[in-house]
Amino acid sequence: MKQSILTAKWWKIACIVLLIYTVIAGFLVPVPAKPILHETIRNLYFHVCMWFVMMFVFSISLIYSIKYLMNPKLEFDIIASEMANTGTVFGVLGLVTGMLWLRYTWGETGKDWWAPDPKLNGALIALLSYFAYIVLRISIDDEQKKARIAAVYNVFAYVMMMVFVMVYPRLSSVDSLHPGNGGNPGFNQYDLDNHMRMVFYPAVMGWVLLSVWVASVNIRLEKIKRYNSI
Amino acid sequence: MKILRNFAALFILLINTSAFGQNVTNGGVEMADRLKQDGKIYVVIGVVLIILIGLLVYLVSIDRKVSKIEKNIASGNKDNK
Repeated sequence: MKQSILTAKWWKIACIVLLIYTVIAGFLVPVPAKPILHETIRNLYFHVCMWFVMMFVFSISLIYSIKYLMNPKLEFDIIASEMANTGTVFGVLGLVTGMLWLRYTWGETGKDWWAPDPKLNGALIALLSYFAYIVLRISIDDEQKKARIAAVYNVFAYVMMMVFVMVYPRLSSVDSLHPGNGGNPGFNQYDLDNHMRMVFYPAVMGWVLLSVWVASVNIRLEKIKRYNSI
Repeated sequence: MKILRNFAALFILLINTSAFGQNVTNGGVEMADRLKQDGKIYVVIGVVLIILIGLLVYLVSIDRKVSKIEKNIASGNKDNK
């Protein structure tokens, strides 16, 4: 990633515009009326985006980890680690917002903070494997060793994440309450009407840009820290 | 520090407007009451917007600080990069 892209202004302005649009349109544009969900269907623009962002940022992290293994440049390691950190933060946000949402839609209203849903447990395991990545990095002092082991582990963590978030909840033997998984008809892609698309796609773009922005600031800080200490 | 001051100003402003809002209860007179319609959803939009813009302003200020440090390093010791 070039420094000029990290410091460029245009995509940060796009991020701000998209997010402000998301909040205003997300609350005001009409949504399909569904039982149980009611207005909480609008969480699509916020909760679901957190997971999209997490996957996106983890994917960049994976790419840079592989790049590091092919060509051990310090910069690749910095990008991989900061992308993983940012992704973890967004994953936690996705999990917490999901916990609040399920409290009022699944099971007994206002009683449970967790549901027996494979996607929830899978997401938790995926996040734990990334917590392990962070702890692994902290526990190794030697810079080269840290970077190499972390890069190898990152490939493993990404596969774990993909299996537990994307594959496992879709297996026919473990029905998930989440839409598009198992036999839940409540909310599949046919329900995403054009009004919702009009908000959802810009929302995903806005949140993705925000995550890249946060990560880019962290990358720049980390570069300053490491290059100055050399 | 500057950002703290901005937040404090925003906070005081918010307290004032909320106190204001309670005084102007609907005494049967219809005014520009958009904020009180539709289950007061516009109030929620306002709150979320304030949080979002606040966080974005904070992020921009951090971004600027890092840029400044980068510039200092670039002009001070060029052999670093």
